[in-house]
Amino acid sequence: MELLIFYPLAGFCVVLALGVVFNDSPVGSALSLIGMMLGLAGIFVLQQAHFIAILQIIIYAGAIMVLFMFVIMLLNLKKGDDAGGIVRERNLLLSVLTGILAIGILYKISDIVFTAKVDTPAILPDSFGTVANIGETLFTDFVLPFEVASILLLAAMVGAVVLAKTKLD
Amino acid sequence: MLENTVPLSHYLMLSATLFVIGIVGVLIRRNVIVVFMSIEIMLNAVNISLIAFDNYMNLSGGQIFSFMVMCVAAAEVSVGLAIIIALHRNKPTVNLDEFNLLKW
Repeated sequence: MELLIFYPLAGFCVVLALGVVFNDSPVGSALSLIGMMLGLAGIFVLQQAHFIAILQIIIYAGAIMVLFMFVIMLLNLKKGDDAGGIVRERNLLLSVLTGILAIGILYKISDIVFTAKVDTPAILPDSFGTVANIGETLFTDFVLPFEVASILLLAAMVGAVVLAKTKLD
Repeated sequence: MLENTVPLSHYLMLSATLFVIGIVGVLIRRNVIVVFMSIEIMLNAVNISLIAFDNYMNLSGGQIFSFMVMCVAAAEVSVGLAIIIALHRNKPTVNLDEFNLLKW
C-alpha cells in the first residue's frame, strides 16, 4: 500500500527536479522546485516524519521559494536571457566531469543498496516524528547545535543587510 | 508476499537520484539562479536520506539534523540572493560565464 503511494510521489519528485535543471525560463524552474518540495513533503509524511513535512512546506515551499520568486521578479529575468543555450560555454570538461560523477555516485549507491542487508526496519512507536518527540530531543540532546544554528541565522541576517547596502561607509 | 512498507533502499535510491540531478544542474547550467535552485535540490536529497535512516532505526537525530539543514539552507539562500543582487547591480547579467574576475 505504501509502495503504491511512494512510486508516484518519487516519480513526481524526480520529474520535477529534472524540470528545474532543464527548464529554460527561471520562473518555470522555480515553480518546478516548489512542486518538488511539496512532493518531498509527501515523502516525509510517508516516512512518519510529520513535523519535518510541515516544516518542509512552511520553510522551503513557503519562505525560501518566495525569496527566489522575489529575486527573479526583481531582476526581471526572462526566457531570452539564456541566449545561446541554457548550458555553460566551453563545457566539454564540465560535461565529462558531470557524467563521470553521476555514473560514479549512482553506481556506488546501487552497489551499497543491493548488496547490504538493510530491509528489516525497526518497530516504530506512535510518538515517532511528532512535535513533542522532536522538541524533546532538540532541547535535551541537541541544545548546542540549536544554539549554533541561531548564531548562524543571525550572521546570515547581518550579512544579507550588509550586502544589500549600496555603499559601505 | 507483497511488502507492506517502503524498503530503505528505495529511499536511498531516490535520494541519490535527486542528488545527482542537483550536481548536474550545478555543473552545466549557466543561469546563476538555477544553479542556486540545484543546490536546494541537493540539500533536500540529503534530508530524505537522513529521515530514511531515522525511520529505519527509530532515532530522532536525523530529523533534528534535517531541521538544521533547513536552517543552513535558509541562511545560504538569504546571503546568496543578496550576493546575486549585489552582482547584478555591478553587471546586469545572471550568466555565470560572464563572472570571471576571480577565475584563475
